[in-house]
Amino acid sequence: MSSPSPLLAIAGLVRHFGALSALNGVSLAVAPHERRAIIGPNGAGKTTLFNVITGQLAPSAGRILFDGEPVAGLPPHALARRGMGRSFQRTNLFLKLTVLENLRLAAAADGRGSYDLLGSVERLRAPLERARGAAEAVGLAGRLGELVGRLSYGEQRQLEVGVVLATGPKLMLLDEPTAGMSPEETVRMTRMLEGLPREVTMLIIEHDMDVVGSLAERVTVLHYGEVLTEGTFDEVKRDPRVYEVYLGSA
Amino acid sequence: MTTRDVRPNAGRRSPAKAPRRRNTRMIPRVVGFAALVAIVAAFPLFAGNYPVKLIQEILIWGVFAMSLDLLMGYAGMVSFGHSAFFGVGGYVAALALLKSPGLISALLLPALAAAAAALAIGFFSIRVSGVYFIMLTLAFSQMFYAVAFQAAWLGAEDGVVGVPRPAVLGWNLASPAGFNLYLLALVVAACLLLYRIVRSPFGHVLRGIHDNEGRMQAVGYPVNRYKLLAFVIGGTVAGVAGSLYAQLVGSISPDAFLWTTSGEALLMVIIGGTGTLGGSMLGAAAFILLQSMVSSYTERWMLILGLTFVLLVLFAPGGILGVLRGRVGIRS
Amino acid sequence: MSHPLVAFVPDVFGQALNGLAYGVLLFLLSVGLTLIFGMLDVVNLAHGSYYMLGAYAGLTLIAVTGNFWLAVLVAPAAVALIGAAVERTCLRPLYRRGPLDQVLLTFGLIYVFEDLVKWIWSGRIRSIPTPALFSSSVTVFGATIPSYRLFVIVFGLVMAAALWALIEKTRLGAIIRAGVFDSEMTAGMGINIHRVFTGVFAFGAALAGLSGVIAGPIQSAYPPMGASILVPALIVVVVGGLGSLKGSLAGSLIIGQAETFGKVWLPGTSMLMIYVVMALILLFRPQGLFGRPLR
Repeated sequence: MSSPSPLLAIAGLVRHFGALSALNGVSLAVAPHERRAIIGPNGAGKTTLFNVITGQLAPSAGRILFDGEPVAGLPPHALARRGMGRSFQRTNLFLKLTVLENLRLAAAADGRGSYDLLGSVERLRAPLERARGAAEAVGLAGRLGELVGRLSYGEQRQLEVGVVLATGPKLMLLDEPTAGMSPEETVRMTRMLEGLPREVTMLIIEHDMDVVGSLAERVTVLHYGEVLTEGTFDEVKRDPRVYEVYLGSA
Repeated sequence: MTTRDVRPNAGRRSPAKAPRRRNTRMIPRVVGFAALVAIVAAFPLFAGNYPVKLIQEILIWGVFAMSLDLLMGYAGMVSFGHSAFFGVGGYVAALALLKSPGLISALLLPALAAAAAALAIGFFSIRVSGVYFIMLTLAFSQMFYAVAFQAAWLGAEDGVVGVPRPAVLGWNLASPAGFNLYLLALVVAACLLLYRIVRSPFGHVLRGIHDNEGRMQAVGYPVNRYKLLAFVIGGTVAGVAGSLYAQLVGSISPDAFLWTTSGEALLMVIIGGTGTLGGSMLGAAAFILLQSMVSSYTERWMLILGLTFVLLVLFAPGGILGVLRGRVGIRS
Repeated sequence: MSHPLVAFVPDVFGQALNGLAYGVLLFLLSVGLTLIFGMLDVVNLAHGSYYMLGAYAGLTLIAVTGNFWLAVLVAPAAVALIGAAVERTCLRPLYRRGPLDQVLLTFGLIYVFEDLVKWIWSGRIRSIPTPALFSSSVTVFGATIPSYRLFVIVFGLVMAAALWALIEKTRLGAIIRAGVFDSEMTAGMGINIHRVFTGVFAFGAALAGLSGVIAGPIQSAYPPMGASILVPALIVVVVGGLGSLKGSLAGSLIIGQAETFGKVWLPGTSMLMIYVVMALILLFRPQGLFGRPLR
């Protein structure tokens, strides 16, 4: 199948921590508008992969192309400005601020209005609109005035995704969005993720295979810092090596 | 909708109602502020020289502390080197006023010099954070102390003396009442400026940085740029405070640069309540009044100050305003 | 008449020895600071106060017993007790509140200690007599220095070796190193981390007190001495790298020489020298010479 040029292309990505190789030559390509899941047993290097892609860690070797531009080694804020948004496995929000402010800060990120010393935030219409839109999309429209510290765990995980959405990204990297959730919360989160705008490409790390099955068009399996295999969810599910890898490390 | 509001019912109000509520909450504050300003303006009419001088010191140190609160309470940068800018402002004002006693010497030059110093020190210090930042800023202000202490052209140990008050619009400010109005006008302007800044979009960014710097980076803010801007703004206002101090006292000495001077400003911020701006003025008043009262009864001023500080940090970390809002106890 | 270069070298060497003596005092002081920071994440601004308390304790012990060496033994122990008391009562409640509150509390303690000392011992400078054993001067490679300074240098290097052996070679040292690296993990290994914290704090205070006693005959005792030695000690720690023993040694040797030679070669700007050195080092290595990299 002929494919448009990938939104995200990684070639031979390596990351060492001393003698340990967390990433051992990972290559993958994500097409625009694709929904890709990254799965693998614990310690496979999934979060490290995200950390390197989003600039939290520098790669030891390898290339990263985003929207055709080389971006390896750029700092996180530069990547975010280019359209890469990332949510965190451990909730990483602005705890002392309200839901609306969390989203508004993300939506306003480094726009010219952010350097305004004497104005007021109410007059910055665009970020507020985007923030409210993101709140709708993740199901928090009724909780805008609530302090984040007071939200339930599930609501905070929803906001985690909302903050990424509010930045208006081209690519969303979601790190275990359903981590720690009850089955009901997981279903709600899955439906919410399914309902997100299709223009945004999604790369999602997940452990819950039901979520992967519902969301992912293609799945990449990581093991010991390398790509084990790649394919549709059904193909990967049927691959005996994947089965072994999960069972073997249980 | 103000996001700083942590009172229990804050979230329940719907956004559409916000503007009117803001106005009704603002009115008592504006009236209170205006009343306070009027009292201070009229003070020389019914009080003697010493109390007037005390009030004026409180105003100046209050502005100095507020500029530090901008860094500490809003951007989360604890600087032990803020005295560097106070001193730079004071020395530049002193030297400039001796040459030409006008507003440029009194305000513009000290502000520019302090801003330049803040840019230089900030460039080095903001690359690191937390404890490293504290120690670097401390060391830098001590560097200024060293230079001022040893440079003959800066008056060495004695500093610069005989600093005249500026002539503003032909109006000589040597009279206490005249200087009082001039000082008050500038202090009010500084307060209003800082108040505007913390409520501005930039101020909101600072609060985001204070709350979760990592996430701010992750959503696209070049955090260090904002911190540097905050540092320069805070340093500039501190420089103006230093310049006002030199005009009030008529002299400036290297002690203005001491890291313990920064520490005292920190104390004022904390006494009043970090992150409240107004608290810093309260804290300056508490500190200076306490110092004045205690030192007239006993020589053990430092001991009492130190113990107050220790007890404050242990039991009332929210400061005076924190106590008023009910935040007391070790678990705070 | 001797060739200028021949006269110059002993001069330089003599100054270098002075710098070394000062460096040793800074080293003893900074070891405690850097360990306390590394393990507890606390910048103990009151560390200079322990230096001062050591000097005054030494002063009193010598006045009472007439024995310098007894003072060297007992004064640090007394300071250690004070340090342990401070850690337990004032700092422990603050651990969960983060480093800022701890820094501010220790700042308040500076005022408390300085004024208490002024109250008890008066604010005058009190000189501490040099022990009889080292009251003469010696000539080393043509440079004449008081033998006491030579003793300080030797003592300091011996202490450095002993500390290295303690930290690198003993089980206690391993616990300390683990605690500095990751205190949560160390606590998770079943070690009573609170006791280790108190111990390290007391140990650091003792070293500072020791430095104060030893410095006594050179520096005398005066109440602001704690606040004034704090800044060079902080610079040593920043330059060497927070939490690194090696860094403390390297930093204190460098700063000791910079301060001394700054005074000799550029007398008008002597105090500035250590800041210039600090700025240069931090420009290229913001985490200090042996500190952990920042990103």
